[in-house]
Amino acid sequence: MNAHHGIKKSSEKNIRIIPRLDIKGPNVVKGINLEGLRVVGNPIDLAYKYYKAGADEILYLDIVASLYQRNFDFDLLKTVSKKIFVPKTVGGGIRSINDINNALRAGADKIAINTYAVHNPEFIAEAVHKFGTQCIALSVEAKKINGGRWETYTDGGREKTDIDSIEWIKKAISLGVGEIIITSIDNEGARRGFDLELTSKVIAISPVPVIVCGGAGSLDSVKKMVETCHPEAISAASVFHYRDYSIGDLKRYLKQNGYNVRL
Amino acid sequence: MKKSGTKIVIVDYGVGNLFSLSNAAGLFTKDLVISEDADTIKNAHAIILPGVGAFKAGMEGLKIRNLIGTIKAFAKTGKPILGICLGAQLMLTKGYEFGEFEGLDIIAGKVIPFPKFKNADKIPHIGWNKIFPFNKGRWNDTIMRSTSVNTYVYFVHSYIIETKNNDNVLALTKYGDMNFTSVIKKGNIYGCQFHPEKSGPDGLTIIDEFIKFVKING
Repeated sequence: MNAHHGIKKSSEKNIRIIPRLDIKGPNVVKGINLEGLRVVGNPIDLAYKYYKAGADEILYLDIVASLYQRNFDFDLLKTVSKKIFVPKTVGGGIRSINDINNALRAGADKIAINTYAVHNPEFIAEAVHKFGTQCIALSVEAKKINGGRWETYTDGGREKTDIDSIEWIKKAISLGVGEIIITSIDNEGARRGFDLELTSKVIAISPVPVIVCGGAGSLDSVKKMVETCHPEAISAASVFHYRDYSIGDLKRYLKQNGYNVRL
Repeated sequence: MKKSGTKIVIVDYGVGNLFSLSNAAGLFTKDLVISEDADTIKNAHAIILPGVGAFKAGMEGLKIRNLIGTIKAFAKTGKPILGICLGAQLMLTKGYEFGEFEGLDIIAGKVIPFPKFKNADKIPHIGWNKIFPFNKGRWNDTIMRSTSVNTYVYFVHSYIIETKNNDNVLALTKYGDMNFTSVIKKGNIYGCQFHPEKSGPDGLTIIDEFIKFVKING
């Protein structure tokens, strides 16, 4: 365990393990590279299953709300929230203070914003002033381009923006965002490991916690990312949905390898 | 004889995660209502002040509903109060989030940002962390009595409570290079910096204890 390369380890940092539910209509779906979506279950059962299995939080993202300018299904979120007593970060098509209020009233604890913030960055500052920094997370979908750079996508990985992901994250942090959810579109859903270059870059520039998303594969691939990047939280979907291993398996594996998790 | 009024009122002042909280408290009592009405709050046997939001927005939410006086008066009756996260912070004298603002001044002290840490711990403090008593025995006969030392609970905050008197500190939590106050108490008034309604079964235990406490003291 000497792979820390001078990165300061935090005192008792507990790495959060966060199952991600991509919601489309009434279903949890999963794709590869945010495409080819396949129904994997219903959100009520899956969220409860992951809560019982020791999830530290749940990431709940309506991945088509933004694309089709649809309103978020707050009633579904309410039903999902009924029996879940861990925090939920909720996103997908959030574009007003009213949306945030409705989400908090339907069981959300933190709000993830992506598309609307990309087009209206000042919305971040507005939301932060109302709900506090800790309530507003920036979700970034990043696709690798030439020259060690990443381009920001919106609308569930559908729309290019020409915006450099690292620059965008820096700007959002200056506007007060309290957490970063970084998804590598290239690695997402492929279960071959995370984009370590992207992840370490984001973590290096971020004074706020980072949730790393997109690519969790073998237990070893997750450990490798933790060793290299020291994230505050890891989010995964396919490996849990397809039962490659459980949340408990992953937590025990990290613990055996010297990392703090809540067991 | 049954007392009049709803037993427990969750105060709706516009910035709370109301649904999560009423869900959690609803596991232990049916006599529960969410309200922004001054009379309903005044006649309650206990109130819960929830909280997700900034200090200023929270105080403004109370102000526009004319609830500042109502809650201060409620606190003076000795009936139980549970403040959660921002709801706990608002009970202090002053808050320093986006400026300097008057709080409810129910417990003497202030709400200040975390200092910059020497280690890699980041701010906001988001995630599961341990709570332990300020000193041995301090949790006896409180809503923490069924909670084990070093239980993990869920935090999400950038600001911390600093009470004027250590007597008001019930629990501490270690983060960065400091121990900060994670539960406060003054008489029958409690405040948690963490979210018991989001801390799994261990958090629910604390809510259950508060409701049992209300049944005796409310």
